[in-house]
Parts: sequence; structure tokens; C-alpha cells
Amino acid sequence: MALSLGSTFSLSLASPFSALHGQAAKPPSISSSAAGKIFLNTKSIEKKHLRQFQKATKVLSYYGLTSPPYKLDALEPYISRRTLELHWGSIHRGYVDSLNKQLAKSTLYGCTMEELIKITFNNGNPLPEYNNAAEIWNHDFFWESMQPNGGKLPWGGLLQQIEKDFGSFSNFRDEFVQTVITFFGSGWVWLVFEFPFYAVKTNEKKLSIVKTSNAVCPLVWGDIPIINLDMWEHSYYLDYKDDISKYVNNFMDHLISWHSATGRIVRAEAFVNLGEPKIPVA
Amino acid sequence: MQHQVTSFASYGAFRTSTPPPPISPFSGAWRNKTRGIKTETGGTRLPRHAAIVAQLELKPLPYSLDCLEPHMTRQTLELHWGGHHRAHVVRLNNLIAGTDLDGKGLEDILLATYNKGNPLPAFVHAAQVWNHDFFWQSIKPNGGGHPSGKLMELIERDFGSFDTMLENFKQAAVTQFGSGWAWLAYKANKLDVGNAVNPCPSEKDNRLVVLKSPNAINPLIWNYAPLLAVDVWEHAYYLDYENRRADFVSVFVEKLVSWEVVSHRLRIAMEQAAERARKETREDDDEEATRSDAVEMYLDNESDDSETE
Repeated sequence: MALSLGSTFSLSLASPFSALHGQAAKPPSISSSAAGKIFLNTKSIEKKHLRQFQKATKVLSYYGLTSPPYKLDALEPYISRRTLELHWGSIHRGYVDSLNKQLAKSTLYGCTMEELIKITFNNGNPLPEYNNAAEIWNHDFFWESMQPNGGKLPWGGLLQQIEKDFGSFSNFRDEFVQTVITFFGSGWVWLVFEFPFYAVKTNEKKLSIVKTSNAVCPLVWGDIPIINLDMWEHSYYLDYKDDISKYVNNFMDHLISWHSATGRIVRAEAFVNLGEPKIPVA
Repeated sequence: MQHQVTSFASYGAFRTSTPPPPISPFSGAWRNKTRGIKTETGGTRLPRHAAIVAQLELKPLPYSLDCLEPHMTRQTLELHWGGHHRAHVVRLNNLIAGTDLDGKGLEDILLATYNKGNPLPAFVHAAQVWNHDFFWQSIKPNGGGHPSGKLMELIERDFGSFDTMLENFKQAAVTQFGSGWAWLAYKANKLDVGNAVNPCPSEKDNRLVVLKSPNAINPLIWNYAPLLAVDVWEHAYYLDYENRRADFVSVFVEKLVSWEVVSHRLRIAMEQAAERARKETREDDDEEATRSDAVEMYLDNESDDSETE
């Protein structure tokens, strides 16, 4: 599901040794005492595999690159194939590679991506791994927030919640577009589900639109993201140049995936205790 | 950077949906426009709300739009200068019209709206107008090469070598996360602490530094003197270099930078720093003088007392 994207189980397209992702750094060792009892040819085969394995996986990956749930040209003409090739294939992949390089030398190991983001955000004094980890998660979330033949209206419970919290769907749409148009710098615009479990006055959960800068993700302050839109210029510059209002209007009319949003909000509403522990499986 | 009052007609090719310019007091149309109101005694007076507004204008580029090809294409310049830079000028004018910032110079507006770290809404526009003016002046067709003279001397003194400085500059540009700028600046300030006194002031305390800043921030707010800037907002290079920011910055330093302009800025910065240092020593001398006066007055009082006896 959406919230477990980028976890240690994701398959990487880059390396054929995807099953090894998330495992311990040491390759399987063959104890010399056991080796002596193994038939000679088996030992040499095992050693050959070991050598090949060592040669192939020079960079040990801890997180993999998930691919968007559609082909790279599926969002034409609203987002071109070239934009996705660069945005996913180069920029998103770059974040994954950078994070893996950083993790090779750090003690932050064995977390799910959400945990890593919260830890490295460090309550506002982010550690070096934060930017990479958060951008990986944000981009995974972004690809899933879009679909070919998307847009139009949500339905059912999600539409009811939007109408309750914004008055009407068109009010929500206008507020979202306005937030995007007045955005300065690089960052993201989100539809989040606020979950004020700390609130004294009221425990009411509601949707709201937030904007964050650079790599900041609403997970770090406990909100549950429902939809996001990448406002970094690399996500729209080739297709729209400076016409940001066309970008967001196309996003709302043709790309936004209300299927994903519905799934996310259903899961969000089902949360009883946000402190539910997630046990990482190494 | 002082704004120039020039006619909008020269930007006719890029006129988008900006409103017609207000009548400038320098054009003959002013007298015709602000008709007097007839008073009872037959004279005329100007209507009280006749606003003469000195608006900031979009400075023209010092070269034509296709002169920087192939390093920076015409389309990029049209969008970057004609779109982004122009939009900041228009929005800045809208925000400061009628306020007490109206009519001030761009640097004054910038520092005032920065508001010591609590920026007002006009700050990003003022800063981006200044930053972009600075950026366009820093480059020229067939630029690049090596600096010379005092600039090269200071580069070698403060960085070891020209290549090291370029390496630092490129690193700053590439590691600026998100949008922003990378700068080469002349740092001639001291800590803003009341009793910070440098016992052995020397010219070596003023040095060249490489730094990066996010979004619209520029080093003027830290009292540095910027010498060179590269825009690493993605709109500056995405059409020409896609996401290869490092390539863009390499081409910038090798093929576009105008080291003459940088040297000129350094000369001005060093003169201003020297002037500031002279003013400070004069103030310190004045302070010492007043303190010694106070001591003398005390002695005089004693002699006065003896006279009255």
C-alpha cells in the first residue's frame, strides 16, 4: 500500500540481485571447517558463486527504486515521456543511489522508509540522510498519486470528507490551485489528513492543504498524506515552462489518482493508534 | 544597482499582459495627464491624489538574446529574463506602490524588506530582481578565461589557486539543495558585537569567500560584497542541460563569466571596505576624545570648588 512504499522489500529494477536488498552487508560465509567436509567440486562451485556475487554487488543497496505503476509514456500529453525519464530515471534514482551510499557508512539500518524519514528529520535539525530519504518517499508517493486517465472527481467517502472540510469540491480545487500558483521555491503541495491525536479541544480529523519546501514531508509532524504534487521545477519545466496554472489544472483534471487517494484515506481512517509499531524485517 | 527610468517601448517584443506604465514625470505626457482642478478664484491646483510613482523597471540585458548560444539558448533567456525576472519586477512594484518603500533604491528595499530575518512579502521579489540583474551582468558572450590583477592575487591568497576556487564554487552550486544561488563574495565585515576590536587589523582580514544561498537570499543581508553569482534554480538550466546542474556550472565558469565585471566589483568592494574602516577609526578617535574631555572636566570641578571658598 501507499504507506509502505520504498520499504526494504521493494524490487529494484537496477540490480538482478534484488532479493538481497535489505539484508546484512556480509556475504554468506563458508566456514573453513565445514568446507573441508564438502566434496571438492561442490566447494569450488560455491566459491565460484561467491566470487561472482562479490564481483556483481559492489554497491550494497538498502533501499530500492520502485517504478511508477504505469509506463513512462502513459501520462502523455500532460507529462511527457522525457520528463519522466529524467524525473524518475535520473533524479529519483539519484536519490536512491545517494541514500544507499550514505547508509553504507552510517548506523541507521533496518528502518522502514517512514521511520528513517522521522529519525533523520531529527525534529527540524535534519541529518544528511534526510533529504535523500524524504525525496525517495515523496517521489514514490507522487507516482502513485497519478494515473493515466485520472482526474475528474472523487467519490464516496472521500468526496464526502472533502465537501465537509472545504465546503465543496470546487472550493477544494480552487484552494489547491491557488496554493500551487503562489508557491515560491522548490517543494511539494499536499492534501493531508490531519490527525490531531494530541489535540485537547477536539479529536476531529480533517483534510487540509499544506505546502512544504524542498524535501519536507508531512509525515514528520504526524499528518497522513493523501495526494501530493511536485513543485520542483524539474517536474514541469520541460512540458509547461513557466505556465504553472496549466500544470496544476492538467494535474487536477487528467492525472490525479482518486483511487490511490481513496485507498490512503481508508487506511488513515482505520488507524486507531498511530503509534502502532512497525517491526522491520531484515 | 540603481533602477533606470527608461521607456517601456524597448521591451515591446516581450510585452505580455503587464499594465501600461504609469506616466513618468520625465515624459512630456505628465503635464497633460495631471490636469488641474479649477478653484473658485479661477486658478488651478493639482488634484491631491496625483501620484507620481517612481517604478522599478526591468533592466535590459547587456547583450542580445541569442548572443549566449549555445551555452544559454535564446529560449532560456526569453523565459528567464522576459518571464521570471519581469514577473518579479511587476510584483515588486505592485507590492511597494503607495508604501514608504516606494521610490527607494533596490538595495534599500531589499534590506528593508528582509527585516532582519523576518522577511516581508516583497522581499523575495526585491531580492530576485537584484539577484537576476547581478547575474545578467556577470556573464557575457565569449566569456570565461582567467581573471588577472588584484582579483587573481586575492583568489590565490585565499583559495590557494584559481582551480581550487572554481572547484569550491562548483561544489557550492551543485550541493545547493532545492533552488538558490552560489556566490563568490568579498567579506570585509566584522562581527556585529559591541566590543569586538581587532588588535592587529590587516588587509588579510578581508577575504574572498564562496557561499551558497537558498531561494532568494543573497549575501547583501550579511553585509558581504557579492562579486559573482550563478543561478541554480532549475529554470536557469533545465531547458539547456536538463538535470545536469554540474555541466551547467562548468560551462558557466568556462564560457560565460565576465572576469572584468568581477574585478570591477572587487575594486568597488575594496574601496567601500577601506572607506568603512576609515570611518570606523575616525569614530573611535572621536569617542576617545570625548572620554578624555570628561576626565578633564572632573579636574576642572576641583579647581572651581577651591575658587568659591
